[in-house]
Amino acid sequence: MARAVTTPRKALNTAIAWTIGILIFFPILWTVLTSFKTEAEAIANPPVFLFFDWTLENYGVVQERSNYMRFLWNSVIIAGGSTILGIIIAVPAAWSMAFVPSKRTKDILLWMLSTKMLPAVGVLYPIYLLCIELGVLDNRYALVVILMLINLPIIVWMLYTYFREIPGEILEAARMDGASLKDELLYVLTPMAVPGIASTLLLNFILAWNEAFWTLNLTSVDAAPLTAFIASYSSPEGLFFAKLSAASTMAIAPILILGWFSQKQLVRGLTFGAVK
Amino acid sequence: MGRITLQKVQKKFGDVEVIPPLDLEINDGEFVVFVGPSGCGKSTLLRLIAGLEDVSGGQINIDGEDATMVPPAKRKLAMVFQSYALYPHMTVRKNIAFPMRMAKMDPAEQNKRIENAAAALNLTDYLDRRPGQLSGGQRQRVAIGRAIVREPAAFLFDEPLSNLDAALRVGMRMEIGELHKKLDTTMIYVTHDQVEAMTMADKIVVLRAGHIEQVGSPLELYRTPRNTFVAGFIGSPKMNLIEGAAAAEHNAQTIGIRPEHLDVSTTAGKWEGTVGVAEHLGSDTFIHIHGIEGCDPMTVRAGGEVSVKHGDTVFLTPQAEHLHRFDAEGLRIA
Repeated sequence: MARAVTTPRKALNTAIAWTIGILIFFPILWTVLTSFKTEAEAIANPPVFLFFDWTLENYGVVQERSNYMRFLWNSVIIAGGSTILGIIIAVPAAWSMAFVPSKRTKDILLWMLSTKMLPAVGVLYPIYLLCIELGVLDNRYALVVILMLINLPIIVWMLYTYFREIPGEILEAARMDGASLKDELLYVLTPMAVPGIASTLLLNFILAWNEAFWTLNLTSVDAAPLTAFIASYSSPEGLFFAKLSAASTMAIAPILILGWFSQKQLVRGLTFGAVK
Repeated sequence: MGRITLQKVQKKFGDVEVIPPLDLEINDGEFVVFVGPSGCGKSTLLRLIAGLEDVSGGQINIDGEDATMVPPAKRKLAMVFQSYALYPHMTVRKNIAFPMRMAKMDPAEQNKRIENAAAALNLTDYLDRRPGQLSGGQRQRVAIGRAIVREPAAFLFDEPLSNLDAALRVGMRMEIGELHKKLDTTMIYVTHDQVEAMTMADKIVVLRAGHIEQVGSPLELYRTPRNTFVAGFIGSPKMNLIEGAAAAEHNAQTIGIRPEHLDVSTTAGKWEGTVGVAEHLGSDTFIHIHGIEGCDPMTVRAGGEVSVKHGDTVFLTPQAEHLHRFDAEGLRIA
């Protein structure tokens, strides 16, 4: 039975939820609004909210000054590539942890996750040197591998959680039915885990897309993704707020649209298994 | 063909021996039921035969060939699981076709077998549905259909009816029985429900803590249980086991008498007691009687017309020809 909630209490909850939502969303909204202002209006005091002369000038300048499409394409390759590569490695790993666990499985999972607790800057130096040594500094494919390795613990952990929800008897039935390990993964496990795999894909794509530390440090020109594109518009003097905002808006637009259309999938994926 | 022989088959999980070395012979076409309380190793034994668990020792022969190291799919066995284990993302048709698809069977032959199985199991109208849209009984039939189309040497059933409601269970029990008569294929069936075991089996294997307590036909087990465990496990309501003076009278440590082999009287009899609960089932009355030394409460199965109520004094007399005697080890005295 649903819990009875009084109307004033419902209204209060709604108000709180909206306040938090707007607080979180406000910086993004402000960035988008600023991108349509002139540089003078962008730094006006008091700030103008909606009533200014809307202009597309900043977008024109940004597009003219730097090749947006090249950065976008790098972002797509780095985020997409690292996510797909990660999934290919993580599915068999999570399968074995979920269905043929050993005494050490829990330890391995924790160890994998513990690598995420290490500050990235701690390993910047060795990785930077390695990249120089291998001649892959400012190389998209090197970043694909590095970001894949960085996000792999999360991918494995998420998939492991989803796989654990799949009854082992179904896989045993497949084995009795003559499915090889490959058939079992391909025809039974993967289709059944599609919602889980999809949300893992999405989340990791977003994480890789937004990743700034490694992409800024290991790229300069050829492999620079959208994070580097935004960074190139920030200047210590803060003179180009409007252009920086235009660049930011252009950088986050693709991922924002993707997130918007897949929010149902994402939420379902993130709360998967929480209630059964 | 489906002749299965277990020789000194043993299973350990780490240091824990769940099945001590065990021998068992299952003949072609036989309906064998493994029965026992939960945790007795019956499902593990079935999974060893299926190949889903590796044996820790011993040998499993299927049709005369050593199958101990053969992977599950190559053992020519089909299994029906307690949870049905259907593929939720596939239609009924695809579920049934899956083993044939894995065997790369000719599609025309696949279709023929699917149609036949569906007709036999009343699934023809549901072939394009998914498991989620079916009732429990229908799902179980799909699981059986998936097993049938492989034309296996033997069927393995792991508590297949325990997720169904009581009425459906009786129906499915008969359907599986009929299927066995029709296919004449070896079936091994695991259950903790001794009624299922009694009604379906040609041969019952009673297990306790991985040991086989007795192997025999349902009536053999009912009439001549080898020990007090089997005596208490087979039959419903349970056999009354009486210790003390009443047993000593018959030169035994324990005597057993089934509830249906006790005569009830309100005037005179061998043992006197008071009625605790009387369960009126219409056809029968189960009366639980307190105050009898060595067995409290004692259960009696009386006719449906018997009317006694809580607190009544009654007298019981065992039918001498149905008395079972057991020694100090709990073994039957001939």
